[in-house]
Amino acid sequence: MFTASDLRKGLKIQIDGEPYIVTEFDFSKPGKGQALYRTKMRNMITGVQFTQTYRSNDKFDRPNLEERNMQFLYAQDEEYHFMDTVSFEQIFLTKEQLGDNLSFLIDNMEVQVLFFGDRPIDITLPTFVNLEVTVADPWAKGDTSGSDTKPVTVQTGFQLQVPPFVEQGDRIQIDTRTGAYITRVKE
Amino acid sequence: MLTPQGLRQRSNLLQAIRLFFLQRAYIEVDTPLRLPVLIPEANLIPFASEECFLQTSPELCMKRLLARGCTQIFQICHCFRKEEHGRLHQSEFTMLEWYRKGWNYFDLMEECEQLVAFLTSRAADVATAMEGEHLCWRESRVSMALPWHRLTVAAAFERYAGVDVHETLEQGTFDEVLVTAVEPHLGKDRPVFLHDYPVVLGSLARRSPTNPGVAERFELYVAGIELANGFSELVDPEEQRQRFNQEVDAIRAQGRDAAMPEKFLADLPLLGETAGIALGVDRLCMLLLGRDTLTPAIIFEEL
Repeated sequence: MFTASDLRKGLKIQIDGEPYIVTEFDFSKPGKGQALYRTKMRNMITGVQFTQTYRSNDKFDRPNLEERNMQFLYAQDEEYHFMDTVSFEQIFLTKEQLGDNLSFLIDNMEVQVLFFGDRPIDITLPTFVNLEVTVADPWAKGDTSGSDTKPVTVQTGFQLQVPPFVEQGDRIQIDTRTGAYITRVKE
Repeated sequence: MLTPQGLRQRSNLLQAIRLFFLQRAYIEVDTPLRLPVLIPEANLIPFASEECFLQTSPELCMKRLLARGCTQIFQICHCFRKEEHGRLHQSEFTMLEWYRKGWNYFDLMEECEQLVAFLTSRAADVATAMEGEHLCWRESRVSMALPWHRLTVAAAFERYAGVDVHETLEQGTFDEVLVTAVEPHLGKDRPVFLHDYPVVLGSLARRSPTNPGVAERFELYVAGIELANGFSELVDPEEQRQRFNQEVDAIRAQGRDAAMPEKFLADLPLLGETAGIALGVDRLCMLLLGRDTLTPAIIFEEL
């Protein structure tokens, strides 16, 4: 159990049987008054946000959340199938659940799958992934007129800005938190 | 804040506060932090310290000094309140508290104005956030020119929230309306004293002789921030005991316990007419130096 005084940004609590993450939090207490815990939360399954003010005596269940190492196998009919690397159990998440993670997800990638009870609800990608550049304009050597970066497309279809020397067929490292180019990878 | 320069600025502020009170013939006092019994207040949770509690405010000891003949006293001390952490709260913080015999809460509002005016007049070393007569804090620009506004709680609830303060009490929403709808407007253009609280919200304040539904209590707000809380002290031991009984009942309903401060009650009749006020020094420091947050103790929390 959590009490209202445990509330802080990032805390995961369970309300009406569903997991929520606290996204904004403000403690206030008018002089001689009661403590008020003004809280903004996001439903970790539906993504719906809501705000609520709690008092000191409010209590919350701890959601049964667990992360497991899994490998991405394949996608079929907008279902993305993953396999537990220890038990070989297979599960899937929908395209909607994966959202922006799809920009960086490739076959055989190992990710952390978040379970609420038995139900997979989200994934966490590795912070850095290496992807192949599939579309890039050639770099005209000695071109001093151009800008510092150029757009390229990687194998997942994701587009980003990279330095002009990156060419089609190169592998580049990308920060999955920001989608930013980090470096060209020699393999 | 804990740079030599930041510590110097805070030191300057503390010196200036002391100078103000010493020039007015106040005695600086220094009372124990660990007490065997506290004033029962349902919304304050004390830390235990062996067989004692850490004080949540110096009020009990200071009033007992008044009972022993002191007429004007002030104190700068640390107070401890469990489960208070936030943008404007720390569970250990610095309080300035002062009392004056023979005065009522309106007299004390004036002295509070004069104290802050004295501090803001020293823009070079104490109040670096001052630009002319304006205090600049975050997006606020507050004229500190005297006199400041005075507004009753009932009028503020009507004006800013469009609700009757008594209805909010019946519905148990007083604190919520105050925090979300009223406080953000208080002291935005000029500081304001919010005064005349419902009696149930002024456990240690005297009931107004002209308006028995309210207690002679006030709070000072600057830029939406509550900075000080004062009142005409309740000195009738029987009425005080009744109010404490209500607080003790509320504390027990929370699953805690509290004892009656009998020696304090026995001393009360010796006070006579008295007014007292507590001011948050860390918040004042934050405002006068134009700092975004209450940082003074943060580095120590990491130790």
